[in-house]
Amino acid sequence: MCAAWFKRISRGIQTPTAKKKETPEGLWYNCPSCKEVITVEDHITNSWVCTHCDYHHRIGSKEYFQLLFDEGKFKELNAKLVSADPLKFVDKKKYTDRLTEASEKTGLKDAVKTAHGLINGRRIVIACMEFAFVGGSMGAVVGEKISRAIDYALKNKIPLLIISKSGGARMMEAAYSLMQMAKTSAKLALLDKAKIPYISLLTDPTTGGVSASFAMLGDVNIAEPNALIGFAGPRIIKETIGKDLPEGFQRSEFLKEHGFIDSIVHRNALKSEISQLLKFFSE
Amino acid sequence: MNTFLEFEQPIEELYLQQQELIRKQEENGTDFSSEIKSLESKINEQRKEIYKNLSAWQKVQVSRHPERPHALSYMEALSGGEFTELHGDRYFSDDKAIVGGFGIIDGQSVMMIGHQKGANTKMRQYRNFGMARPEGYRKAMRLMRLAEKFNKPIVTLIDTPGAYPGVGAEERGQSQAIAKNLMDMAMLKVPIICVVIGEGASGGALGIGLGDKTYMLEHAWYSVISPENCSAILWRTWDFKEQAAESLKLTAKDMLKNKLIDGIIKEPIGGAHAFPLKAFEKVKKAVIQDIESFKKVSSEKMIDARIKKYGAMGVYQTM
Repeated sequence: MCAAWFKRISRGIQTPTAKKKETPEGLWYNCPSCKEVITVEDHITNSWVCTHCDYHHRIGSKEYFQLLFDEGKFKELNAKLVSADPLKFVDKKKYTDRLTEASEKTGLKDAVKTAHGLINGRRIVIACMEFAFVGGSMGAVVGEKISRAIDYALKNKIPLLIISKSGGARMMEAAYSLMQMAKTSAKLALLDKAKIPYISLLTDPTTGGVSASFAMLGDVNIAEPNALIGFAGPRIIKETIGKDLPEGFQRSEFLKEHGFIDSIVHRNALKSEISQLLKFFSE
Repeated sequence: MNTFLEFEQPIEELYLQQQELIRKQEENGTDFSSEIKSLESKINEQRKEIYKNLSAWQKVQVSRHPERPHALSYMEALSGGEFTELHGDRYFSDDKAIVGGFGIIDGQSVMMIGHQKGANTKMRQYRNFGMARPEGYRKAMRLMRLAEKFNKPIVTLIDTPGAYPGVGAEERGQSQAIAKNLMDMAMLKVPIICVVIGEGASGGALGIGLGDKTYMLEHAWYSVISPENCSAILWRTWDFKEQAAESLKLTAKDMLKNKLIDGIIKEPIGGAHAFPLKAFEKVKKAVIQDIESFKKVSSEKMIDARIKKYGAMGVYQTM
């Protein structure tokens, strides 16, 4: 039968690495979700979202600030804070080596950037987590910078947006890291008392100590589509209960269904949605 | 005393010798009282020797000792039995892993809340090994609000290997329940005194652990993760739990040194499991002292100091 001629005998990549033809970098975006290839230009124009399947690529503060602040202009707050190693933590690697590596690889100083500026003409303070820096984990610098961003919002009576993207606490700072949950939540209580709006944007992923503190405490909680959001990681839950997890478990839509997220917002609509919310709070 | 930890073996040997003599004495009527007494002092010496220099991992083991007293025992003891447990979060159910209620301590009505573990296999399962679900944290907050309404101080007793990682817990908002407690506890108008009596693991512990004063029992531990899970994540195996326990700096001594807790409550030599009554007394004394001193502080000042205390936690550098 002719059909057999077209049947693939061996699967996967057959070309040896040496004979691999490189596509010029910076031209094409290969979607990890639907495997479609689109131009990088289209990808950026679509807010780093796949034009085929709506997969929201994980982006950092550089991209979010560009998307949200008017003309991409902002003033960064406390840019000079960097992690210390108070516990002299060593596992397979020294914590200080991990920090150096992360900072060299990403060009970032730690896992959050905070800034203030305008969003459709309204003042806003934004704290944006950086997943690329040690998994967006929360250590003392993240806690302190978020606390100071809250202080700034309080002092100047400006609404606050926190963009969460984090695996949770930074283990190498142990209990210091844990206490950042208490620190940031206590500061948010002051913001709450002062009736200054706080919008929490949960993006992929928001888990552990970050989800169990400031990420869940917004006056309004919004999420990007299909983001992993939860307290315990899915692998740990699966191991604990010894069963497969239900389809869509711990995704944005699941959280909205169970009443913990106000709305799911496509990244293209993020700016207009946030400024609309700010309008509701102020007009 | 029945269960001995691995490093308590020298104590166990002496204890068994002593038991044997007691049995013989009862059987034959021979008088071994002086030998029994000398063994008793040997046991005490041995205890002192062993408990003087426990490693971080050994302390973790002590904190999980099956005979270590749990929250309800403290509640009963601190109140001399004048304690009424209150149940339910008023939304979903009554979590068995977090218990609470009013008790009278030294003439003062106090709201006591704590993680509860079981003393035997059946009860451990019933208590879900001290791993609370969202309804546990919501019950705790309901009781704290009740205390606030009637201006009663709050004492929380922390003893958990972590909040429960289950499907239902996630569906009902484990993260939100803990986060909400943190924000609300920061603003509660009554004093909150927290005591880590056993295990203080991660957000599950902190969920009832934000307060004006935090104490740890001498052999309790408190950190962002258990040493086993830390080892599993960073080393990809459980084999490095001892090293992880050291690295995490989770002992009461380290936590005080790092200014993450306010004080250590000494345990009787040999641990709280060996002499629970003495442990209750020490916790009671610390709690009463604080309740008295907070009577002189206005709630505004107290809340302000509470938030500032947590605001100062963390070490970082400026480039």
